[in-house]
Amino acid sequence: MYSMEEIDVAVISRARAGDNEAFRMIVERNSRSVFRLAFRMTGSEQDAEDVVQETLLKAYKRLQSFEARANFSTWLYRIAVNCALDLMRKRRRHEEHNETLQPDFESAIPDHSARVASADGMLFSVEVQKRVRDAMEILSPMERSAFVLRHYEGMSIEEIGQALGLRTSAAKHSIFRAVKKMRGALEPLMSSIR
Amino acid sequence: MRHLNEDELVLCHYGEAGEAREFMQHLASCPSCRSQMEDIQSMLALVDAVEAPERSAVYGDEVWERLRHRLPQRRSWLQSMPLHPPRWALAGAMATLVIGAFILGRYWPKPEPQRVDSVVSAQARERILLASLDDHLERSQRLLMEIVNTPRTDSINTSPQRSLAEELIESNRLYRQTAERVGEVGIASVLEELERVLMDIAHTPAQMSAAEMGDIQERIDSQGILFKVRVMGLQLREREKAARELARRTS
Repeated sequence: MYSMEEIDVAVISRARAGDNEAFRMIVERNSRSVFRLAFRMTGSEQDAEDVVQETLLKAYKRLQSFEARANFSTWLYRIAVNCALDLMRKRRRHEEHNETLQPDFESAIPDHSARVASADGMLFSVEVQKRVRDAMEILSPMERSAFVLRHYEGMSIEEIGQALGLRTSAAKHSIFRAVKKMRGALEPLMSSIR
Repeated sequence: MRHLNEDELVLCHYGEAGEAREFMQHLASCPSCRSQMEDIQSMLALVDAVEAPERSAVYGDEVWERLRHRLPQRRSWLQSMPLHPPRWALAGAMATLVIGAFILGRYWPKPEPQRVDSVVSAQARERILLASLDDHLERSQRLLMEIVNTPRTDSINTSPQRSLAEELIESNRLYRQTAERVGEVGIASVLEELERVLMDIAHTPAQMSAAEMGDIQERIDSQGILFKVRVMGLQLREREKAARELARRTS
């Protein structure tokens, strides 16, 4: 049995040859995973949608430069990460000149308002999500990218280095710094749980 | 062994520690390090609490609808395939072609549940996969033509043809094995012969003499492999055309 990646290579081959229907299949297969990655990096549903569009548009334009022996997901994630980083940098520059914009993580929190007052468990869950969001906000864009790719996407450190254009050791240290910062930021919450 | 530091514990957690065995042995015997590890893992478990908003099964279609009008115009695939395509177009290990799965109307596995009214139909997928095998045959044919038309001089550098043959062998093997598995005997047989010729080319010396080139040209000629590959290519294009026609009539 061949892996899905091997089967997908036939579709990628056709897309590179100019077959838009084949590219459509690439869009359908990868949109959700790119959205999830983009959301975890940007913290905003709207920003994540923009990243998805920009990522797939850039992938279309750059298909000719994709080496068929490379891993397509890693290649696509690299584009997505760079689009997300660009957007995050623009947002930070915008924040320096304007009021601070609050990330839109609230949209990721299920609406428990009807039951919060009577369900301590759910209240705690909302609090946990807020604290985790805040902790991720203190990470640098590179630390956040490396952490998201390792923790949520399960990519190896080597693959993360390729996706972010870093040496493996630099990718590793970005993850270490991210975990250290998040441990520090979440320590008060952890203490309340212990 | 000394205690593990935080970075080493993180590597252990993610299964990336080179010295995993030694680290795990230490953790098994050191309550202090084990406690640190549990702390890190508890924190990372909290991080899992933040989920990305769900996207529907048709999200890909929605993204496509917004995207397709922004795609720049590209040349058709025929115009994009020059007589001597650049290396990127001839990469090896190209694909598994589940020819039979489509010919027999089998399920194209997708991570999301397949919608009955999926706009990219099974016919479209069949056409794409048939076209992919056709591309492979066309590239193989071009290579064979290059070899057959190479003048027999004293010292012939065949390094580019050898590398190309190596790449084509990988794809060919996958296509052949799939065809065998699904009972496409005719296709499998031609691909088997083609694979033998490609291996001959891949194993030629980097610098060939006129006599060596003559040998391989005669082998290609005597097996009639060029003709067989051309005929199979024509048959696949007919099937691809029929698949396209069927898709148009049923859409």
